[in-house]
Amino acid sequence: MTARDPAPAPGSRGVVWLGAPSFPDAARIALGDTRLRANLKRATATIRDKRVAVASELDDWEDLRDAAAAIKNRTARHLDHYLVRLEESVTAAGGTVHWACDAAEANRIVTALVQATGEREVVKVKSMATQEIGLNEHLADAGITAYETDLAELIVQLGDDRPSHILVPAIHKNRTEIRDLFTAEMGRWGQPAPENLGDDPRELAEAARRHLREKFLTAKVAVSGANFAVADTGTVVVVESEGNGRMCLTLPETLITVMGIEKVIPTWSDLEVFLQLLPRSSTGERMNPYTSTWTGTTDGDGPTEFHLVLLDNGRTDTLADEVGRQALACIRCSACLNVCPVFERTGGHAYGSVYPGPIGAVLTPQLVGIEQAASLPFASTLCGACYDACPVKINIPEVLAHLRAEAVEAKRTANRLPTAEAVAMKAAGKVLDSPRLLAAAQKAAALGGRAVARDGRIGRLPGPLRGWSDTRDTPAPPVESFRTWWRKNKEGER
Amino acid sequence: MRIALFITCFNDTLYPDTGRAVVTVLERLGHTVEFPQEQTCCGQMHFNTGYRPDAVPLVARFARTFAGFDAVVTPSASCAGMVRENHPVLAARYGHAGLQRQVADLVPRVYEFTEFLTDVLGATDVGARFPHRVAYHPTCHSLRGLRLGDRPLRLLRGVRDLDLVDLPAADSCCGFGGTFAVKNADTSAAMLADKADGVLATGAEVLCAADNSCLMHIGGGLSRQGAAVRTMHLAEILAATEGTP
Repeated sequence: MTARDPAPAPGSRGVVWLGAPSFPDAARIALGDTRLRANLKRATATIRDKRVAVASELDDWEDLRDAAAAIKNRTARHLDHYLVRLEESVTAAGGTVHWACDAAEANRIVTALVQATGEREVVKVKSMATQEIGLNEHLADAGITAYETDLAELIVQLGDDRPSHILVPAIHKNRTEIRDLFTAEMGRWGQPAPENLGDDPRELAEAARRHLREKFLTAKVAVSGANFAVADTGTVVVVESEGNGRMCLTLPETLITVMGIEKVIPTWSDLEVFLQLLPRSSTGERMNPYTSTWTGTTDGDGPTEFHLVLLDNGRTDTLADEVGRQALACIRCSACLNVCPVFERTGGHAYGSVYPGPIGAVLTPQLVGIEQAASLPFASTLCGACYDACPVKINIPEVLAHLRAEAVEAKRTANRLPTAEAVAMKAAGKVLDSPRLLAAAQKAAALGGRAVARDGRIGRLPGPLRGWSDTRDTPAPPVESFRTWWRKNKEGER
Repeated sequence: MRIALFITCFNDTLYPDTGRAVVTVLERLGHTVEFPQEQTCCGQMHFNTGYRPDAVPLVARFARTFAGFDAVVTPSASCAGMVRENHPVLAARYGHAGLQRQVADLVPRVYEFTEFLTDVLGATDVGARFPHRVAYHPTCHSLRGLRLGDRPLRLLRGVRDLDLVDLPAADSCCGFGGTFAVKNADTSAAMLADKADGVLATGAEVLCAADNSCLMHIGGGLSRQGAAVRTMHLAEILAATEGTP
């Protein structure tokens, strides 16, 4: 891998959407959208219940989680070895491996590969890595049109929108919105939607199928992501529900796969663990409808050219962090999104990143640098539901707390003057490290609190506590703290 | 057995009744409780907001203050969790070898209140009577942090005349999250609204939990709505007898 530019320009790794507001501001907008909240609540609750049901069918579920975590952990510790092994295997099987240190390099590689074919159109199977690097936009600048073929991705693309969920990127759209979008936009991209299209899911799926079929049958180049790549055999794996991936992976002449370097696993038998965990954790199914595996090229069968682009884009930096590196074990199942009470109410756009939800809150700041996404580690109550749901046991709350410390530290280094929060925390630390000062503060709080309280309750507060007091009363501190009571009533007994 | 009460700075300042209730219950079960005055705070606020170095003196103070006790009991699942999970992390990262040893030595003797009653004292009936309709909210730190399981419920079921009702979506976070409620006030309020709806749906007179912080948040929201539901730490319910309401 080539050395990274020592001072990358802000956002050069993609991952975050430039100009996206901080989480609290974006969340406020999302919270105001009652339809979005209703959609999210219904969708996440449905997937959540299904996941629990199918996971509890396996009596070795916890063993599987441990095994997955162990495989990911061991692979990460020897990532260099397994990547080189993967390159050897892919090359031996007739494929070509390219190494990309960042988004710009990956985009250059893919664009050049497409240009070499002379084609101006590519079909794509849903891939988070290419979203991360902004490949579609980059290809468009080079005069190449990329067609998303995953139904939800298609909806997002037609709407000139952004995905809001890892697995269900159009979770924020309901079917009437989708019908209107198909009717208005499909014709501009290819086969138009049928006349008088209704909003019945079957009708919508059929319209998408016809629209996409035309693309599958004409495209000569496809771009895919990868769920896994087996180092020993050079086999790349895509897991999906609709069959669009199968079409993209088999029909075109040239196949270009872009995958994050953390997707490698050592052996074919390791797949056994993940192919049980992934569908159950993501869609709540025992098995996903399509699992495609391909190894290099085969004469007379499938693409004649195969390119594998191995993307770093902040991953080796993440690997260097002993606590944060566990985020690289993510298999993008989205179980953490569906159980997260914050995601359930704000949706994915509030995270301002390709990777939303709890995993996004720990992955995004590490991939782009904490300064670019400093509000994300705070977008959680640390309730721990994500950690319980994660099939590969990423301790997301632990990483969140760790990254909060990094965010505070980054702010301290960047600013000449400490923030108001840092000053307050320092002062609180001083008071709390002294029983005498704490008792004095308690007395002051009791006096001050009771002065502003009505019926023992404090209503609206000014300053940074306004957000708290807008919706909640606060009890007035009692006249006597516990320690004072103890000294008066219990000390004598001892 | 020398038992120390770790009241927590939050309970000490805002909810002294909870501390008194813990003392009442433990004394009723025949134990003497000590309250080391040098104690202050577990450092959770600093740790969770990203100010780790500021939490280190509090870790050292905690380890020093409670070193001589057989058990340290606290009526807060989140503070017990902080000590258990994060004091070793802070000691390893910032502390000297002595502090690491002190923390490692003390941590196994730190108990959340219901855990201490059920696991150490083997009590599920603590001689309480509370003739009211009560819902229990398992806070995230009791549920997923400490894995208290049904310990609080076993204790509540042991209370005479208490009508325990199920809270819908009990395992959903109430949206407090410490400074989350301030930094992400709107999202926190949205989570609170759903939790409050769940509480009102039970028709309970009292909502209880093993963490006053979450109860302050939920109770504050209910109070703003003018709802009549009271919030109480479960220790106060366990302390109640014939003579008390």
